[in-house]
Amino acid sequence: MYLKSTVAAVLAAAAWAMPASAQDNTLKIPGVLELSGAGAISGTNFRDGIVMAIEDINAAGGVLGKKLVFETVDTASDPGKARAAIQRALDDKPTVIFGPVFSGSVNATLPMTNEAQIPQIIGGEAANITSQGSKYIFRTSFGQNVSMPKIANYLRDGVKAKSLAIVYVNNDFGKGGRNAIMKELESRGIKVAADLSIEAGQADFAADVVKVKAASADAVFVYLNEEESARFLIEAKKQGLDKPLIGETTLLGQKVIDLAKEAANGVKGHVGLTIDAPSPLVAEFAKKFEAKFKYKPDHNGMKGYLGAYMFKTAAEKAGKLDPVAIAAAMHGLTVTPDKVPGILIEATWDDTGEIDRISYLAEVKDGKQVITQTLPKLK
Amino acid sequence: MTDFIQLIIAGLATGAIYALAAVGFTLLWQTSQTINFAQGEFVMLPAFFCLAGIKFFGLPFPIAALVAILLSMLVLGVIFKFAVVDPLMKQGTLPLVISTIGLAILLREGVKETYSAEAQRFPSFFPNVNLGTAGFNVSADQVGVLIVATGTILLLAWFLASTKTGRQMQATAQNPTVARILGVNVERMVLYTFLINGALAAMASLLISPIYLAKFSSGETLGLVAFVAAIVGGFNQVRGAIVGGFLVGIIDNLVAAYVSSTYRQAVPLALLVLIILLRPQGLLGRAEERAV
Repeated sequence: MYLKSTVAAVLAAAAWAMPASAQDNTLKIPGVLELSGAGAISGTNFRDGIVMAIEDINAAGGVLGKKLVFETVDTASDPGKARAAIQRALDDKPTVIFGPVFSGSVNATLPMTNEAQIPQIIGGEAANITSQGSKYIFRTSFGQNVSMPKIANYLRDGVKAKSLAIVYVNNDFGKGGRNAIMKELESRGIKVAADLSIEAGQADFAADVVKVKAASADAVFVYLNEEESARFLIEAKKQGLDKPLIGETTLLGQKVIDLAKEAANGVKGHVGLTIDAPSPLVAEFAKKFEAKFKYKPDHNGMKGYLGAYMFKTAAEKAGKLDPVAIAAAMHGLTVTPDKVPGILIEATWDDTGEIDRISYLAEVKDGKQVITQTLPKLK
Repeated sequence: MTDFIQLIIAGLATGAIYALAAVGFTLLWQTSQTINFAQGEFVMLPAFFCLAGIKFFGLPFPIAALVAILLSMLVLGVIFKFAVVDPLMKQGTLPLVISTIGLAILLREGVKETYSAEAQRFPSFFPNVNLGTAGFNVSADQVGVLIVATGTILLLAWFLASTKTGRQMQATAQNPTVARILGVNVERMVLYTFLINGALAAMASLLISPIYLAKFSSGETLGLVAFVAAIVGGFNQVRGAIVGGFLVGIIDNLVAAYVSSTYRQAVPLALLVLIILLRPQGLLGRAEERAV
């Protein structure tokens, strides 16, 4: 009798001590994201993409029999808060962590997930993220080391620019992009006529546009976050800046178009992911997303959505919900839409967590992004 | 030279908006010794009143803007006075100052939670056309903002100087005890000041939001700039706040163009320190003596 009650007590204590997910057949997925502050647009899109994917995944039976429960923490776009949130998430021994989206916050947190050996699926694009040796960091979009050579080729061959004014945001994302494009421009003989940094969250761009105009460059490369991109375009239109405005994904993103309206018309550039991609799966995703969240997703919405499917595919390939095994399964993983429609566009992850897939050249016409050319996968 | 003139015009346009917020700041201080650290959020909120009117009630923009001004006078004027300032003023200036800081956080987080954490596009009263010629660019937006903001300030100055109510308000600001002895309804004059502050904040909000976009956090910068402009110009003089607003707007643009965007936010603060050291009463303010 005594033994029985002791065993029962031990079992009860063990059950109490076990994570809720182990008891109720659910798997908690933490999302550490920019839901307010300068990155609110990016983080909210990323979150909503994951939310939609997880609903679909759960409706189809979950991952290895477990229903996913997505729980978000707002970093307020602050790397310090992101570190604290990641630490709290790691304390719960998760199987995977989604986010952050901002490169600064990713750089501040990737050593933590690497040490804890927990896969971290991110939205950050700074070139240095995948060069720090982490085996647990995975991109959902191109790093600048991949996208900037494509932009530089377009500037040389498409725009035929001999000189360029660069406007970049003074954070890890902007500085990484600026350094990467500078290197590419130099090797292609394109002169930098102006090199302007602006602050994250900056509201007034009158002086910056005056400086850009004074530089008389053949084209302007604008590498800012969504809100700053929209404010810059509005001011550029106001001041009659008539040089080609070239961007990389964000500048041509749906949110920027929504905020800048007619001021976004004429903007050109390279987009890694877009809801205007010529793909029925992407079109269906965009339609469903807009119906659910009452706004058009941008590339970050797609990143969140396909990131969740990337995790599902890797977990099923690993055959168990073990973080180390899942990370190993992600390296060298290729996911095709015919087998996993949620991946939207065929994608491959290499040993550093870098992603490779097709991308596009695009232009904003009449308040809409129009794809002008499809660029092949690098490998 | 063309660039310099364009920067001055852009600085005047944003400076005029700063002046609107700074004048409200000064008026509240003069008549009720209220240092309102929620002034930036007071400028942020009316834009969301207007957007809510358009989005949820289908109002056309001009009507929504008018409703936003009236709502601002009610919420940021009447309710602010009776619910926050009057009860806390009895406890002294410091508790009130702290309360306005708390109010700023409440307004900011309230908008974030109830409307959106993302920036919102805001319509403009003015067409997005260029009025300049031969390489000289001045947008209709800049000219419109400058005219409306300056016109509002001039109207206020005329009201304060040339109407009976305005002079009573000035008397209340200068010495409420004597004003009361002379038969001025001091409480009513103080209430008028709060109403005017609500209206000025709404005007500033409607003019700046098309440029800066409407966002819950936009008040942080605006509040600081309004405070700096009021101190630099002279906290106890409306004309000082006007000059301070224009000065900060112009300096901000010139620094961003000729020094660096990185340091543009530091410059108004440096100016503030300089003024406090060299002329504590502000450029146009008058020195005050207080018995302790």
